[in-house]
Order: sequence, then structure tokens, then C-alpha cells
Amino acid sequence: MLGRLSFSAIPLDVPILVGTFLGVAIIGLAVLGLITYYGKWGYLWKEWFTTVDHKRLAVMYVVLALVALFRGFADAIMMRTQLAMAYAGNPGYLPPHHYDQIFSAHGTIMIFFLAMAFMTGLFNFVVPLQIGARDVAFPFLNNLSFWMTAIAFILVNVSLFIGEFSQCGWLAYPPLSETQFSPGVGVDYYIWAIQLSGVGTLLTGVNFFVTIVKMRAPGMTWMRMPVFTWTAFCASILIMVSFPVLTVAVALLGLDRYFGMHFFTNDGGGNQMLYLSLIWAWGHPEVYILVIPAFGVFSEVVPAFSGKPLFGYGTMVYATCSIMVLSFIVWVHHFFTMGAGPDVNAFFGIATMIISIPTGVKLFNWMFTMYKGRVQFHACMYWAVGFMVTFTIGGMTGVMMAIPGADFVLHNSLFLIAHFHNVIIGGVYFGYICGMNFWFPKVMGFKMNETWGIRAFWFWFVGFYFAFVPLYVLGFDGMTRRMNHYDNPQWHVLMLIAEVGAVLILLGIVCQLTQLYVTIRDRNLPANRDVTGDPWNGRALEWSTSSPPPPYNFAIVPHVHELDAFMHDKENGIDTRGAGGPYAPIHMPKNTAAGFLVGAFSFIFGFAAVWYIWWLAALGLIGVIGTIIARSANKDIDYYIPAEEVARIENEHSRKLMAQAAE
Amino acid sequence: MKNKLLARMARLGGLSSALLLAGCEMDVLDPKGPVGDGVKSLIATSTIAMLIVVVPTIILSLAFAWHYRQSNTSAEYLPKWSHSNKVELIIWGVPSLIILFLAVITYQTSHSLDPYKPLEAEATTKPLHVEVVALDWKWLFIYPEQGIATVNQLAIPVNTPVDFVITSDSVMNSFFIPRLGSMIYAMAGMQTQLHLLASEPGDYLGESANYSGRGFSDMKFRTLAVSGDEFNAWVDKVKSSSEQLDGQTYPKLAAPSEANPVEYFAHVEPGLFNTIVAKYNNGMVMDKSTGKMLQVQQSAMSDMNMKE
Repeated sequence: MLGRLSFSAIPLDVPILVGTFLGVAIIGLAVLGLITYYGKWGYLWKEWFTTVDHKRLAVMYVVLALVALFRGFADAIMMRTQLAMAYAGNPGYLPPHHYDQIFSAHGTIMIFFLAMAFMTGLFNFVVPLQIGARDVAFPFLNNLSFWMTAIAFILVNVSLFIGEFSQCGWLAYPPLSETQFSPGVGVDYYIWAIQLSGVGTLLTGVNFFVTIVKMRAPGMTWMRMPVFTWTAFCASILIMVSFPVLTVAVALLGLDRYFGMHFFTNDGGGNQMLYLSLIWAWGHPEVYILVIPAFGVFSEVVPAFSGKPLFGYGTMVYATCSIMVLSFIVWVHHFFTMGAGPDVNAFFGIATMIISIPTGVKLFNWMFTMYKGRVQFHACMYWAVGFMVTFTIGGMTGVMMAIPGADFVLHNSLFLIAHFHNVIIGGVYFGYICGMNFWFPKVMGFKMNETWGIRAFWFWFVGFYFAFVPLYVLGFDGMTRRMNHYDNPQWHVLMLIAEVGAVLILLGIVCQLTQLYVTIRDRNLPANRDVTGDPWNGRALEWSTSSPPPPYNFAIVPHVHELDAFMHDKENGIDTRGAGGPYAPIHMPKNTAAGFLVGAFSFIFGFAAVWYIWWLAALGLIGVIGTIIARSANKDIDYYIPAEEVARIENEHSRKLMAQAAE
Repeated sequence: MKNKLLARMARLGGLSSALLLAGCEMDVLDPKGPVGDGVKSLIATSTIAMLIVVVPTIILSLAFAWHYRQSNTSAEYLPKWSHSNKVELIIWGVPSLIILFLAVITYQTSHSLDPYKPLEAEATTKPLHVEVVALDWKWLFIYPEQGIATVNQLAIPVNTPVDFVITSDSVMNSFFIPRLGSMIYAMAGMQTQLHLLASEPGDYLGESANYSGRGFSDMKFRTLAVSGDEFNAWVDKVKSSSEQLDGQTYPKLAAPSEANPVEYFAHVEPGLFNTIVAKYNNGMVMDKSTGKMLQVQQSAMSDMNMKE
């Protein structure tokens, strides 16, 4: 009846997990209780869970990403603490069974549920506004994408308390991840979390590709598109091309595990090398999917706070596109040590280092954007300059590892760990947080607190160096990744410094939480309100509408005359908003519960498939298909906002603008 | 605020370079053989080449941000300036030249440091052959010429090239002796190759560089680089052991074990390594000199646990 599931699957014997469960349960019940007490269930359901508004979905994505950050970081600091202790015979406090799950979950969560979710949140918020669109091309799919991502994250967390998570690292290399060596449910949780969230990500890629191709405002030619939109466009193409490869690779692994097939097994003609090739044919483009949008954020932020247009827009676009193409021909550099010949290794090594040319050009472009500008040291600029310094070092160590001869000693060492955290924290994370500080007033209508933002930056920045410079050194010292304990006294000191770094980063996260709290507490202070919708003297179209934007974004679709459309209009006295009308009724999509229901049924399906509860899996699958059919048959999916309502909202905003101007 | 930024950067720079200087004691940067020497000089050359761009980039980022700060009204302000062919030429040109240089040394070193390529010393010195099997969670070393085998201890004579042939009878691992240089994966049913040489006597750490499950952290061995005479004495010591390794005793050894102690086998069944490779290849094994597939004797295989 319950497949493999029994009471013994609940890890009552692991005090850390029981404590975590109690903590999560108490906080969870408190949140649910408060929602019930204030009678907000209806509001949450109607305005958020079922919404198809890209701006609300963006907020939900970012909230999801922040929750994932807490979980992923908790894993990180537990690992660092283990390695600060587990030395010279001391086994530490995490036995391998638990420790191996933690590093596997850390990687999976940070990439799929922190970075991807945060990135999708930024896309959702910014792209339609930047191109002068009223929503994305497929609003319902957008909602569905969110729920698929969210339930996959819940599935990963359920594995904490029911059963176990994968102990095979974040990419689950076979044959270790095959049934023969990992008979438990851990890898199955991994497989279904990846597959379900993969549906969401792929749909996001399609959605934004179509949105950017088809829905740009009149006059916005390709070379008038803001750079963030360009980066979203390139990332969407990468998603569409690479995520199906991930889906296939993990599906083949699933066929091995569920049906005893032999794609990657040791015996029966399986080939583990094929899995490495497939997973990295996705995995390498994936890191560019994450970092290209971060480059986009800096390309918006640096000009805004330097009081100048971006230096070398054309170069930036060509650099982004060439990175996109090159990212597909470098994946073999993840396994130079598998025994390919020197010519193959040299080709992929050189292809990899060629990517550093356009990437370097981007850094110089941001630098020359500041050159002869008036640089305001807003919190955003701290993250941006911190990024330029940190990412340059990460790029250098990346090129070092791209040389096969050097990779033969650095591969899989802590040097590698330091390198990719150098680019993922120093590039992706700094970029997304910079973007959050930048666009927050547009989302919420009030600015983020700067003092706490700058404090958070310093803790993250300094903490990063403390946490990862020792890892570079440990890599040179021959320490490999994923060790649970060691006995070399030379390594211990460095591990203690890395632990200090992890604590500093923890303080950085605390500062970020405080920043959010202070921001919301002080939201009504006049200095914090964003009345004009243009708090930074912005350049692209998103700053031409009110903060937060009305549901339809633009009452009158703007006409684009130039790159930096809004700045051009401001300088030439053109009213981008077309205030005063005349307004026409605006066609809008209706909210729908279908995305939530498909997500919920998919969760049931995934959970049941992990535990071999086949009747429940069938029920979940029928639920998914039934919901899709019902949704497809539903003709009542849109409505019009009447012209009078549009006029009322727009006039209200005009009145506020005039009052502000009068002050 | 910005003063603080510069000061902190300087301090961090000092810290990291101090740590890097301490590197002369570090395994990979203090190699004990020609392969490691080659890798080390490659790392040094490429790092210096890249610093030509990296250092100015970091300094200019901070300098521009500081000099063109809003409060410095004496700095020139060109609110429309966003293009310069001269700057574009430099920012594309200089990195391209450096990458061109790195590409050339990448091509050269991919060949000269190819783990499959026999070392130059083999022209004058007869190499030692060692067959390596990664097991859960220990390393088995078979010396086919000496007819002996060991677990978690590898003795090699100094200044003698060692030809390793590597496979796995379990999951994927990576065979790595940081002091000697390059690593290579160990995979079931496959034979990878590695050529190393120790030019100084010593006791060096050997490990798996690819996570392989529960017992991974203790999957370590000592590499004893000793003189020729000491090596012969070591072989005799192994030969005086009472243990044998053949079709009967191998499955017991191959069963998972953690933190396995050093073991010596005075005699090892000839062809055991090929048998281990062949059991994942329908009884076939590739002859490395000819590239032909050969059938491994059935009798040896039938003893072993064929079905995985």
C-alpha cells in the first residue's frame, strides 16, 4: 500500500534532523496560524497563488530563492563546521551518511532553487517592463513554471524528514548513483526534484524567448534592446537548448534505477562516461545561464549610478552572444582526467579560455562606464565594484583550470571548489543581490535601506575571501573535495580560517534580513517612497511607469526612438507615459488555479514515485493530465480593464507626479 | 568609505599573497618528480601571463570608481561619452594576445603532459609496471613483473619511470599522488594510463580525487619512493607474506571496507587485472599495444563473482 515507505524512513535517531523538524514545524505552524488569524488565506489565494501577473510571480520567485538560500547556507556552514572539527582522529559531528547528503543537497539547492529561482524572478520582473510589454507571452505557463519549481524545492526538503537525500553529489555521477551502489530513496528524490523543476525552467526559457522576440514595444529594434533584456534573451536560448539534455540524462539514469536498464551501469553495456558528457553538456551552459543575467544587471546598474550611458553597447551585445555560443563547446573541460587524447583536451581547453576574452571585455566596459562619470556609491555600486574585483580573480583561476596540464592536478580539488564559488558568489550572487537593491523600489514602491545593504555587502565580500582563499591554498596542498575528515595538520589551520569566512557570510545574511526588516518598517518615510517611479534617474522603459507598476504596466504602449529609450524621452521632453490619454480598454489574462493544481498533483506524483506508491503516482498523474485538459477547455481566461479604470489609475499617478514636482 | 575599500583590498591582497608564498611547502607546488615539475611551471607561466590583465583590471576598477566618485567635482565628467575605437581595440586586443599565448602553451602542454605519453626517462631506464584497481574503499596495486600485490601501499624506486594501468571494480574514482603530478580516472571495464616518476625519495600521500561514497575519505595510500635496493627489499618483504591473491580470495578483498589497513600478497594470479576489466566487457579486454580485443580465459573468470 505504501510502497517502500514505512515508519523507519523517519530519521528519529538523528537529533539534528529532529531539531530541524521541530524548528520548521513551529515556524511553519506560526506562519499558518498568523495567516489564518488575519484571515489572509483568500487574499493569498486570489492575489498571489493563482496570479498570472509577472510582477507578482517575480516576488514569489525571489521569496522562494531566499528560503532556498537559508537552507543551502545552513548546509554550507554545517559542512565547514564539520571540516573545522573532523581532523586527526576526531570524526566530527556529521557521519558520512549525513555529511554526504548535505553536500549533495547544498549544490542542488543553491543552483536549482536559489540561483535559478532568483534569476527567473529578475527576468519576470524586469523583462516585460524593459521591452514595454503588458505581460509575458504565456502568463499561465509562467504561473505553472513557478509552481513546478516550488514543489520540486519542497520535495527536496521533504527528503530531510522522510527518508534521505542523494549521497552522490549535486550531479549524481553513475555508477555511484545506480541502484547497485545507492539502493535508497535519496537519488530518487534527486531525480524527481530535477525533473519537476526542469519542466518549470524549460517553460520559463520558452516563455521569455517568445516574449522578447514577439512583444517588444514598437520601435525597439534588436540593437535598441536594454542589455539586461539581451542577457535574458541569451539565457532563455541556453535554457531551451541545454535543459532538455539534462532532462534526458536524468531520465536515462531514472530508467536504470526504475526499470533495471543499463545506460550508465558498470555492467550490461552501460557507459558512465556518457552520463558525464551529457550532464556537462547541460552543466556548462547552465553556469552561463546563471551568470549572463548577472552581467545584465551590472550593465543596468553601473550606467545608472555613473550618470553615463553604458560604454560600448554594441560590444556588450556581441560579447554576450559570443559567450552564449561558446558555452556549448567547452563541456569536456569538466573531465580532462577521463583519458581523452591530448588533441581533444587541447581543443576544449582553448575553447574555454577563448570565453575569457568577451568576458574580460565586459569587465572593461563597466570600468569605462565609470570612467569620466559621476559615480554614486549607492549600495548597488558596492556589489558591482566588489563583483568586478572578485570575478576577475575567479576568471583567472578558471582559465588556469582550463589548461588540461594544470587541471590534471587541480581537478576535483578544493581549488575547483574555490574557483566556482568565486564565480558563483562573486558573479551570480553579487549580481542578483545588486539587481534586487536596484529594482526593489520599482517592485514595492519604496527603496531598500542602504546602510544595512552596505553592511551586508562588506560581510559577504570579506567573508567570501576568508572562506575561499584558504580553499585555493588547500587545493594546491592536494586536498580533494567532498572529504568528511582528514589528518593533515597543515590543512586544519586553513579549514579554521574558512570557518571564520562562513561565519562572516552568516553575518552578511543576517544583515540582509535586517535590511529587509528595516526597509519594510520604514517604508512610509518620505525619503524612502518612490513617488516618481524613477528613483535612480534610470535609462530603460521600466522606470517610465509608476512604482509599483499598475497591473497592465503601460496604459499606452510606449514608442521607442533610441537605445536607452526612457532617457532619450526625458532629454527630449517626450512624455513616455502618454499621460492624459486617450486610453483604450486593456486586454488582460485572468488568474487561474490550474498552475497551482498541476504543481500539487506533480508533487504527489513525484513523492509517490520516490517511494514506489504506484496507485498514488497514478492518481497524481491523472490529476496533472485532468487539470491540463480542464484548463485547455476553459474559454473564460481573459478580461478587459475598462478605459475609465485605466484613466483613473493614470490620473492618480499624474497627480502624485505633479505634487512631487511642486515640492 | 572608498578609502576603507582600498585599504581592505590591500590587506586582502597581502593576505592571499602571503598564503601563496607559503605554497612552497604545498604538495602540488613542491613536486617530487618531472610530471609535477612540468605542471608547476605551467601553472606559474599561465598565472603570470594572466596577471598582466588581471592586476590592471582590479586596480583600474577601484581607481576609476574612486577617482570619478560623485563628490570629486574636479574630475572630468563626460555624460554622453560611451564609445571609443581606441579603447575597444585595447580591451579586445590585449586579452586576445594573452589568450593566444596561453592557447599555444595549452596545445604544447596538452601533448607534453599527456598522462598516456611515456616519460622521456623510459628511453634509458626500464619502466616499472603497476596495475591499479580502485575498490570500495581502498586501492589495490598489482606488480605483474614481481608477481605481488598490495593494498593501500605503493612502493616505487626513485628515478624509475612508472607505467600505471588503472581500472575500477566499483564506482568511479580518480588516482592521484599530489607530489608526483597528474591524476586520471579509474573506471570499471576501462583501462586508463598514467606515467609518473619520483625523483626524490620520500613518503607521499596518494588519494582518490573523485568522490566514491561512504568510505571515500579514508581511501588513501602511502607512496613510498625508495632507492632500487630498498625497493627490492620491499618486494622481498611482500613476498614473505602468507597471503595470496587469486579468484578465491579476490572477492573477499573486493567487498566494501572502510579505512582498510595495508595488506601484502606474496603471490597474485597472473592476468587478474585483465579478468577484472573483462568482467564488465563480456569477457573481453583490450590489448593496449595493439588495440585488439582479446578473450580472457574463462576459468579465471568463473571463479569470480561475475554478476554485478
